[in-house]
Amino acid sequence: MSPSALPEQDLHDLIACPTCDAVYHIVPPEKGQRAVCARCHTVLIAPRRRAGEQLIAIALSIVILVVAATLFPFLSINVGGLGHAASVLDAALAFSSSPLLVLLSLTVTALIIFVPVLRALLLIYVLTPIVRDRPPAEHAIRAFRLSEALRPWSMAEIFAIGCAVALVKIADLAQVHLGPAFWMFSALMVLVVLQDSFMCRYTVWKSLEK
Amino acid sequence: MEIAGKVRTAREMGLVACARCTRVWPRGTSRCARCGHKLHSRDRLALQKVWAWWVVGLMCYIPANLYPMLRTRMLATTSEDTIIAGAVELAHHGSYGIALVILVASVLIPVGKFLIIAGLAFSVRHGSALSPERRHQLYELVEYIGRWSMIDVFVVAILSSLVQLGTLAAIQPGIASLFFALSVIFTMLSAQSFDSRLIFDADPPVEPPLPGLSSLPPVAHGALAHGTDTATHSGPRGPQDLTESPTP
Repeated sequence: MSPSALPEQDLHDLIACPTCDAVYHIVPPEKGQRAVCARCHTVLIAPRRRAGEQLIAIALSIVILVVAATLFPFLSINVGGLGHAASVLDAALAFSSSPLLVLLSLTVTALIIFVPVLRALLLIYVLTPIVRDRPPAEHAIRAFRLSEALRPWSMAEIFAIGCAVALVKIADLAQVHLGPAFWMFSALMVLVVLQDSFMCRYTVWKSLEK
Repeated sequence: MEIAGKVRTAREMGLVACARCTRVWPRGTSRCARCGHKLHSRDRLALQKVWAWWVVGLMCYIPANLYPMLRTRMLATTSEDTIIAGAVELAHHGSYGIALVILVASVLIPVGKFLIIAGLAFSVRHGSALSPERRHQLYELVEYIGRWSMIDVFVVAILSSLVQLGTLAAIQPGIASLFFALSVIFTMLSAQSFDSRLIFDADPPVEPPLPGLSSLPPVAHGALAHGTDTATHSGPRGPQDLTESPTP
């Protein structure tokens, strides 16, 4: 006989740390408290009051900010009367000059525009029915899985730091002005950090479970 | 860590854990019924994947340092700078801070990443002088800072889209930027392929392992009961008391 004969119900009350495989009996923490793996300190459960609504609001802001930030210039320079302004889209397509670098252009566009927007949209799609106490949306499980897989590849906040570095790098060569998109990306950085700290993956998976 | 010995892993209990949604299933289940993620108690191919991505990443990192990252044209003079030459030139102009940032982001972090991933993969097979906790911290560090190396590629993108001043000055991206981006992506994939649970497997169990977990059902059941038992009855500082949060 194999251990698969173990009662299903017992397994439902267990949680395994995804990082170190330690198994715990679930004792749901109070809202605002966190359950942390004793061995590797990975946060396992971190429920928050109204986290769903907050996450949807953050995701909506991310979509609006990224879309708006692609249209406005984020930096403009001025040297002896000659000026040039660049938008995020310009930066993403900066590598399109030579055929080999077009590949890089596409990658950069994906990392700083498409992936963050797609992730936010997926999150809105998954969380909206949960927040309104409706049954999960169709393919919500697949959507949340994709959103989780995309997490490391969403690099809008890294781009914001890149702006700051580029700014310092050419500050003594030319007059540099910050455009509206620069501040939008800076706000985006804060939102991404908030999104990560509000998200309790355990709670989302549990509410997606039939 | 004094309580580490009391921790029971899903594998020891004859279970398999979903690394994506933390649900636990009986050993032998192939797909998580909650999130659809493929279940592996330990990814057997993990180390091969880690090394494969690692080698490709390293192969891309070499041309990333040999070829020019930026081609800067000021009036009639054109200069091509590799990553290190660019940083050295910045330091000559007195921008020590920026030179340091660039050296850290594009030399120290990537090289450190290669070394740490290789060290972790090596330690799974051959053991390590570092404790599993320390190695896990290193792994988290690599996972966290891996993405930030991309900053150099973004700086090149920003500079070459911004500095387009006709005859006065222009900056073009060099071919090294492509190799550098690929190197960052491949090392990220290498770190992601690493199954961090392997770090803790090397940790010799403090308790003697229960014999015949899979062949003797009563023992297997006993193992589960024992696991949940320590979970519910451990003291306030016990490892399984999930309501407590040891770290703020």
